[in-house]
Amino acid sequence: MKTLASDKHRDVQAYVTGYGLAVALTGAAFAAVRWQTFAASTTLAVVLGLALVQLVVRFRFFLHVNLSRSSRDNLWLILFSVLIIALMVSGTLVILFNLRQRMM
Amino acid sequence: MSSGEVIPAGLDVAAANEPGKAKASGDILGFWVFLMSDAVIFALLFATYGVMLSRTAGGPTPAATYKMAPAFIETLLLLTSSFTFGMASVAMKHGASRRQMLGWMAVTLLLGAAFLGLELHDFATMFGAGAFPTRSGYLSAFFALVPLHGLHVLAGGLWMVVMMIQLMTFGLDARVKVNIQRLGLFWHFLDIVWIAIFSVVYLQGLIR
Repeated sequence: MKTLASDKHRDVQAYVTGYGLAVALTGAAFAAVRWQTFAASTTLAVVLGLALVQLVVRFRFFLHVNLSRSSRDNLWLILFSVLIIALMVSGTLVILFNLRQRMM
Repeated sequence: MSSGEVIPAGLDVAAANEPGKAKASGDILGFWVFLMSDAVIFALLFATYGVMLSRTAGGPTPAATYKMAPAFIETLLLLTSSFTFGMASVAMKHGASRRQMLGWMAVTLLLGAAFLGLELHDFATMFGAGAFPTRSGYLSAFFALVPLHGLHVLAGGLWMVVMMIQLMTFGLDARVKVNIQRLGLFWHFLDIVWIAIFSVVYLQGLIR
């Protein structure tokens, strides 16, 4: 019973940690735009960077995907999907922005 | 509850019953495949939005259309609902009372409903300002992307109601457990899509 209680404590702790980090990262992103101090492109880079960090935080603490063997299948699936998404999104953007430039 | 065994990602609630475990992990992995294909759909709508962003056809621009405060509140609502569903999963895993699980799920459902209400109000405000989907390529792309996420949240909410009824009717049997686990993955996934929406759509549009 003792181990079960500490197990539960650890599970709750993961969600609390994830929630705290997510709130902080979200707040930072909104604050960077609300009280904008950098140039537009730098601010955009900061916002997108914070979003990527938050993505990792969510997968780690809310979806429990980590580097342990137990979630290796999921990790491969996610990384493969990330590859597909990166190819399709960057391909779309490169081709269409290039096309736009040529038609100007 | 020993660690170091092969279990699917997501909170490992089936750890106690060994026989059903292999099947349960296969069921969950299958749902992950669905989630990732859904992620591809969203990613391509994001790409379309990126291409269309500057095509406002003389109509409302992103900076004039978006409001920061509602977007921030919507973000917090959805984030908190993700956390409360996490608490429901913990309650399920550690054999808390059914009432406690139902309570956390009800809170999650309410937060999801509040999010949808606020989002609909946003869209109504946009319509009032002449920002229709048919106004420009930019607005078409916006209304293809953001309301699709809203529809997912609506579907998740309906699914939540169904699971609460099943939980009350059948109790916590293996099937209900797996379905609640899937719903949890779906709900957290929607919140992850929303991170991309508030960063790429709302915050990018509001940067001066």
